[in-house]
Amino acid sequence: MTAVTPRIVEVRRNILKRNDEIAHTLRQRFQDAGVFVVSLVSSPGSGKTAFLEKTLTLLGRTCRAAALVGDLATDNDAARLARSGAPVKQISTGTVCHLEAAMVQDALADWDLSRLDYLFIENVGNLVCPASWDLGEDLRAVLLSVTEGEDKPAKYPTIFNSSDVAVITKMDLAAAVEFDLAAARRHIDSVRPGMAVMQVSARTGAGLPDWLEFLAARYRDSGRTPSA
Amino acid sequence: MHELSIAMSILDAVQEEVDRHGYPGIEAVHLRVGDLSGVVPGALSAAYEMAAEMTPFAGSRLVIETVPVVIHCARCACDRPVDTVRVMCCPECGDPSNQLVQGRELEVQALEVSS
Repeated sequence: MTAVTPRIVEVRRNILKRNDEIAHTLRQRFQDAGVFVVSLVSSPGSGKTAFLEKTLTLLGRTCRAAALVGDLATDNDAARLARSGAPVKQISTGTVCHLEAAMVQDALADWDLSRLDYLFIENVGNLVCPASWDLGEDLRAVLLSVTEGEDKPAKYPTIFNSSDVAVITKMDLAAAVEFDLAAARRHIDSVRPGMAVMQVSARTGAGLPDWLEFLAARYRDSGRTPSA
Repeated sequence: MHELSIAMSILDAVQEEVDRHGYPGIEAVHLRVGDLSGVVPGALSAAYEMAAEMTPFAGSRLVIETVPVVIHCARCACDRPVDTVRVMCCPECGDPSNQLVQGRELEVQALEVSS
């Protein structure tokens, strides 16, 4: 009797193909609706929600912005963001540590995106898990607060490498925690050469005008025009 | 923890291939996982074993080939592997590069099918 040997068949398919297909559909929908989509990733407690609340409030003066916020269990962040006056929707991920394109698609099912200029997607606070999932966004912003240490990018190279802009938050605390800005910038540039770096304080408002200007430039570069 | 989501996506992909081609059984799944894919091979293997328990593919092996990060160096005009993903620079001339040639792969490469 001859031994039965398995045969090897080539497959070659992307494991996250389904997510990528949904992300592609979303990206097309965002493009058609003329809405510029920014996702925010960071570790828990980096000041994502405070930063986003300020961003929504300031943007709301001249254009229409909205937010989706991913959270494991509570709707505290959504409630805080709603104070900005912008439309906000919560995505409860339960025990899932990251957002996936299908969750964004479900959350936006009944939204009229053509009424928006900007949509922000706040991911679950986590610098590891969200990295692999494309959400159809135009821009991925990674946040790093001065209280976390300058070498965060070296510890989490994947998420920093997959992001388009780094935002250093809580700059008002920089002196108190002896934050070495030059070292942080070096670490960021090492894992993602040439990435734009913003320095902001949601509390004092410092750096927010630069951030809004940066967003406006990216919005224009994307070929979108403000909704009437 | 996201490795469990990835493991379940792998099992979905394997199921689709089995449905399409009518393979009698799966002995092993071969993957290509890039060093910048965001997936830790050890954690993925453990998650796969657990997730597969509830499927017809229980007991199948995961064979993971890691894919090193390679950048294109404009100055050297060639592709080179980086020394570490923390320093995205050409290891020869030191020029930084954002042109990733490989390293984000997250692919099912092949299946070992029972005869």
